[in-house]
Amino acid sequence: MSSGEKYLAAAYGVIFVVLLLWVVIIAAKLTRLEREVGELAERARERRDGD
Amino acid sequence: MNYIEDVATLARKDLRLELRARDTLPAMLLFVLSTFVVFHFALPQGSGEAAAQGLLWVALVFTALLGLARSWAPEREGGVFDGLVLAPCDRSAIWLGKAAAVLVFLVAIEVVALPAFALFFEPLDGAAVAGVALANLGICAVGTLLAAMAAASRTRELILPLLFLPLAIPLVVGGVGSAISPEPGRYLLFLALYDAVFAIICWASFEYVVTE
Amino acid sequence: MSTSSRNSRVPALAALAAALVGLSLALVFFVAPEDADQGISQKIFYFHVPIALTAYACFGWGALKALLYLWRKDERYDLESYVGIHLGTVFGTLTLLTGSIWAKASWGVWWTWSSNQLVLFLVLFLFYCAYFMLRFSVEEGPRRASLSAVYALFGVVLVPVSFFAIRLASDFIHPTVFNREGPQMSGTMFATFCVAWGAITVLAYVLYRVELAGKLLDQHLRELREALA
Repeated sequence: MSSGEKYLAAAYGVIFVVLLLWVVIIAAKLTRLEREVGELAERARERRDGD
Repeated sequence: MNYIEDVATLARKDLRLELRARDTLPAMLLFVLSTFVVFHFALPQGSGEAAAQGLLWVALVFTALLGLARSWAPEREGGVFDGLVLAPCDRSAIWLGKAAAVLVFLVAIEVVALPAFALFFEPLDGAAVAGVALANLGICAVGTLLAAMAAASRTRELILPLLFLPLAIPLVVGGVGSAISPEPGRYLLFLALYDAVFAIICWASFEYVVTE
Repeated sequence: MSTSSRNSRVPALAALAAALVGLSLALVFFVAPEDADQGISQKIFYFHVPIALTAYACFGWGALKALLYLWRKDERYDLESYVGIHLGTVFGTLTLLTGSIWAKASWGVWWTWSSNQLVLFLVLFLFYCAYFMLRFSVEEGPRRASLSAVYALFGVVLVPVSFFAIRLASDFIHPTVFNREGPQMSGTMFATFCVAWGAITVLAYVLYRVELAGKLLDQHLRELREALA
């Protein structure tokens, strides 16, 4: 690959990587939210069974 | 006019407080002079006039930051911030009064600092001084509002430079340009525009900075 | 309108974004002609410029939502403003990164002060980083929202002011001037650019909606938690 092509690949690669990082962060947040929903559902269930 | 009176009263209050306490002004003065001496050692020989002018602006911006960091301190320490906001005057008058007081402090410092600079480094021509004068307005207008923002934050003095420096960049460009360019008019005009635009925004938005 | 119906279009938009990005990549690499002067590295421009434009648009969007917040005091505008500015900062960072790579490819240096756009984005990057520092140092609530909104408005004014400042500064700052031919774009190149710009815009909007949905969900869960505690 010529150096021009390398830089081209690097630029597009950087875009790709940053977007994927964004996906990773959102996915992590989603996992956390899922966990919280589970806990809250548990708590709601206890509340209902306790009444 | 009632508004002008409010502004004048508020500004006078700050000036009187400083005259009595005498802590901010001497500190700013000593700071700017020490900075000049540091610059002398920081500038390699033969750096030229332009470099010295640039450093003047660095000194001015950081000295202003020093003063601005303390500008809302009387209100904060006395616990009167809320009281001030509840006062029966337009909130923007509070900003204008404070900015006017800071301007007086800054000019007072510069009355000593600029001749000192001329003594240590380069003489300053009319355009350079005009640039300093115009930039002062911008620094005080924007800086006072940002200092009020910083006062509401947990990190206070730490965050004020971060908020202020990006906004100070155009002022530095205008100031240095009017000092070293053969046609300073453009730079002075730019400084005036900056002052006008940001003064309007600060005036309009200060209310939202201090209330909820 | 409930949140779920509001978000029902997002998957479709995401699919559209994917298609447009795919199309623009195909156009960039297989259809657009190679630039005579700069060679193949010029093709960075097809994504670099739309990313920069989208960053400006995000900052503008954030400022608009900030203004709406100050006017209406609806918490939702504060959240939308924050997400807009966050996305703008991400795209701004991408602009700096791709711009730097392009500078290296064109001129052999990773950074130069003579590219007005790069310098402008650096200033904006610093400004909006301070936005996040401000936001994280104030307790959540109407105070934080007001401060963030005012600062966001300052940001949008800073864009043109800095632009002129940097232009003025270029007269006395840089000795070396790199010149890049403004795109003397042929029809194909221009079409490719437009498709890429459309792709990045739709992509940015999708990212914005996804991030906003996540934040709103977070908020609702917190309210639920308090209700159930």
